[in-house]
Amino acid sequence: MSNAIHLHYDVSGEDFTRAGEASGAVKKTLKKLGYNSDAIRRVAIAMYEAEINMVIHADGGFVDIDIYPDRVEVLLSDHGPGIPDVEKAMQEGFSTAPDNVRTLGFGAGMGLPNIKKYTDDMRIETTIGVGTNLYLTVIVNQP
Amino acid sequence: MIVKDVLDILEGEIICEGDLDQEIKTACGSDMMSDVLAFVKDQSVLLTGLVNPQVVRTAEMMDMACIVFVRGKMPDESIIKLAETRGITLIKTRFRMFTACGLLYTNGLSGGTKV
Ligand SMILES: Nc1ncnc2c1ncn2[C@@H]1O[C@H](COP(=O)(O)OP(=O)(O)O)[C@@H](O)[C@H]1O
Ligand SMILES: [Mg+2]
Repeated sequence: MSNAIHLHYDVSGEDFTRAGEASGAVKKTLKKLGYNSDAIRRVAIAMYEAEINMVIHADGGFVDIDIYPDRVEVLLSDHGPGIPDVEKAMQEGFSTAPDNVRTLGFGAGMGLPNIKKYTDDMRIETTIGVGTNLYLTVIVNQP
Repeated sequence: MIVKDVLDILEGEIICEGDLDQEIKTACGSDMMSDVLAFVKDQSVLLTGLVNPQVVRTAEMMDMACIVFVRGKMPDESIIKLAETRGITLIKTRFRMFTACGLLYTNGLSGGTKV
């Protein structure tokens, strides 16, 4: 579709405190465009969890966002270690995050389940030693 | 209740002032941000003992108007700056998590979900 609004953000793997900047910016843009708050929140939360994952598990990456009138599509791409067992990673409570991440408020193994919960479609492409592409779609119900 | 009531009930101190008249309907107390992100509630206040910028980001994604730092924890300048630009009120209370949640609960705030 040609009438999509496209956004792109690089996510630094260096600085945990900056994780979420891209999600915040997307949220702001969607607000400006007048999308309904439920859809905006679902995009923001799902993207935020995925952005955090990129930083704590994969040393950063980039995010591409396509905003359509009826849906928002997000691709989060990294060159991290990949996910050996996606089914396991999707389970609530499963986490390989080190303890220092837990003291920062993440690493409870709820990220991927949360992402699944808030999106209408979620697809993971991952290759060990190459990286992970996470595709998210949130359908926007008009207010 | 409104943000100002939260401040009074918790005998708190304002660290960053947003809209103190904003309506608060539910509350959520946790140091694990993914737990907070798991349940969307409307017009909620976040109570936490965690002090880092991700607390503000979590509140931002959830459209939360107010964050309460329990046990007298003081957020640093970077956290305050972030909250300022998002219009989120930061409150510090000397009460511990259990007590702070209990005080708000007995004053009529609920968890927003049955479980
Ligand atoms: N982008 C990623 N790259 C590599 N591994 C990942 C990525 N995202 C998630 N994982 C793996 O999946 C697990 C579960 O992720 P998640 O549910 O977000 O929980 P948490 O981040 O709290 O560990 C992580 O602990 C990690 O092993
Ligand atoms: Mg995670």
